[in-house]
Amino acid sequence: MLGLPIRLVNAMVRFPNGSSALQGVTLSFSEHAFTAVIGPSGSGKSTMLRLMNGLLRPTAGQVYVGENEIGQAPERLVRQTRRQIGMVFQQFNLVRRLSALENVLVGRLGQMNPLRSTLRWYSKADLAWAMHLLERVGMAEHAWQRADTLSGGQQQRVGIARALAQRPRLILADEPISALDPKTSEQVMELLLEISREDRIAVICNLHHLDTVSRYADRVVALRKGQVFLDGTAGDLSPEVSRELYYGEAEAEEAPAPQEFSPV
Amino acid sequence: MAPSRTIEPPPQVRARFLRNRLVWLGLLLTLYWASFGTEISPQKLWSGLERSWQFIVGSPERPNSGFFPPNLDRLGEYLNEMVITIKMALWGTALAALAAIPLSILASRNTAPHPLIYQLTRRVLDLFRGLNEFVLALIFVAAVGLGPFPGILALAVYTAGILGKLFSEAIEVVDPGQLEAVRASGASGLQVFTHGVWPQVLPTVISMTLYRFESNVRSATVLGLVGAGGIGLYVTESIRAFDFKAASTILLVIIVSVMLVDYLSSKLRERLT
Repeated sequence: MLGLPIRLVNAMVRFPNGSSALQGVTLSFSEHAFTAVIGPSGSGKSTMLRLMNGLLRPTAGQVYVGENEIGQAPERLVRQTRRQIGMVFQQFNLVRRLSALENVLVGRLGQMNPLRSTLRWYSKADLAWAMHLLERVGMAEHAWQRADTLSGGQQQRVGIARALAQRPRLILADEPISALDPKTSEQVMELLLEISREDRIAVICNLHHLDTVSRYADRVVALRKGQVFLDGTAGDLSPEVSRELYYGEAEAEEAPAPQEFSPV
Repeated sequence: MAPSRTIEPPPQVRARFLRNRLVWLGLLLTLYWASFGTEISPQKLWSGLERSWQFIVGSPERPNSGFFPPNLDRLGEYLNEMVITIKMALWGTALAALAAIPLSILASRNTAPHPLIYQLTRRVLDLFRGLNEFVLALIFVAAVGLGPFPGILALAVYTAGILGKLFSEAIEVVDPGQLEAVRASGASGLQVFTHGVWPQVLPTVISMTLYRFESNVRSATVLGLVGAGGIGLYVTESIRAFDFKAASTILLVIIVSVMLVDYLSSKLRERLT
């Protein structure tokens, strides 16, 4: 199994306040194991990632995940699709008052019936799987610790275990290392890479650091002002190209103010 | 000598001074207006003080007057009635919390399924809080008859209005990132609530519920005055019968119990949150 093919066709996103995050993006993601998505703040990286698991709906255009078009699909189908896609966040987004273990079990919610999940009545198999994943990311000894007592790097490891708990075919990582120090960042990136290689799970990862990109990415997609600026490999990122990507040409000053994504 | 400089506040600062003075003046005028029809009178208070003192300590001319010493003959009965009062508060608060949880989900901007439902639920909660427990108890006594049950219903409705509002305020400030992560795993709306919202609001839910329980014990002690059960009935009965020595026992039972409940409940709040 080689990941979950995703296809964006002329996808556009415009927020209710009128600002435009994506202006017609057409991209396919299938064979590449580790894709880095780069671009300046406000270029639409986070928005694009959230289109792929239906956390956001496109204003126009289509989003195909596997065979399904999820841009216009009913919530139920989107939810089913989402279960096959793990997500890792910049701010880790662990439920702070729950234990590391229960945070990993959040990844199993999609497979649990409402009664069992409300009563927090996890199956033996799910518990064993969650424990196994915590071991794998090196967090087994902190399983019962509350998430908000963990360091940033530890929280991100739990976040990755939570994504893996879904048994995903694809992992979306939204700037997973921007909130971490260099050493921890490296460990987290190594872990993501290892997962993508060993489990053959495709990873699509928003990144800021270009040296990280050239070290890990098989494919690089660059966005600028909501449009595809470059689609190639790290080798295509010459100093001139990256300069243009981040600083733009003459019209850089009149560019619209960066639009940060805010979840509804 | 350098020329002396006068320090003139800028016009907007002077405008603020003026506005502050007008606010104080307005407040005083309002209080003056409120003194008509309410018979505010220092003389009456002063002359009444002496009579109140006689009323409490009793006068030697009249036998059996005064509150002291308390008459402990029926203490067991009063204690029993006080326990019923506390039970009323327990049920009233529990029913209220149970109703307030779903209501607060509908009354929070970030969890309401539709803005219209949000508005509607908010207004319903306003309505629940609009009448105080005492008036609600009158209505429920008329509806279901005398006894503790209408009292419980009155407490439940009023408290549901308060807790619903407080819970929804807690829900509205939860961290959306944590919810997004739960949602991204493919969880349903209910699961986003149980695993994303609930852990975040639980401390507030517990402390607010306990806090309302304390004040419901206090409210429940007067509901008996309108026939809605509890020790309040004994207060009215003893005073109407001029049995002040019994009344003083009842009041002591109330004061000590309320203090005890407050103390235990606040200890529990500290422990749990």
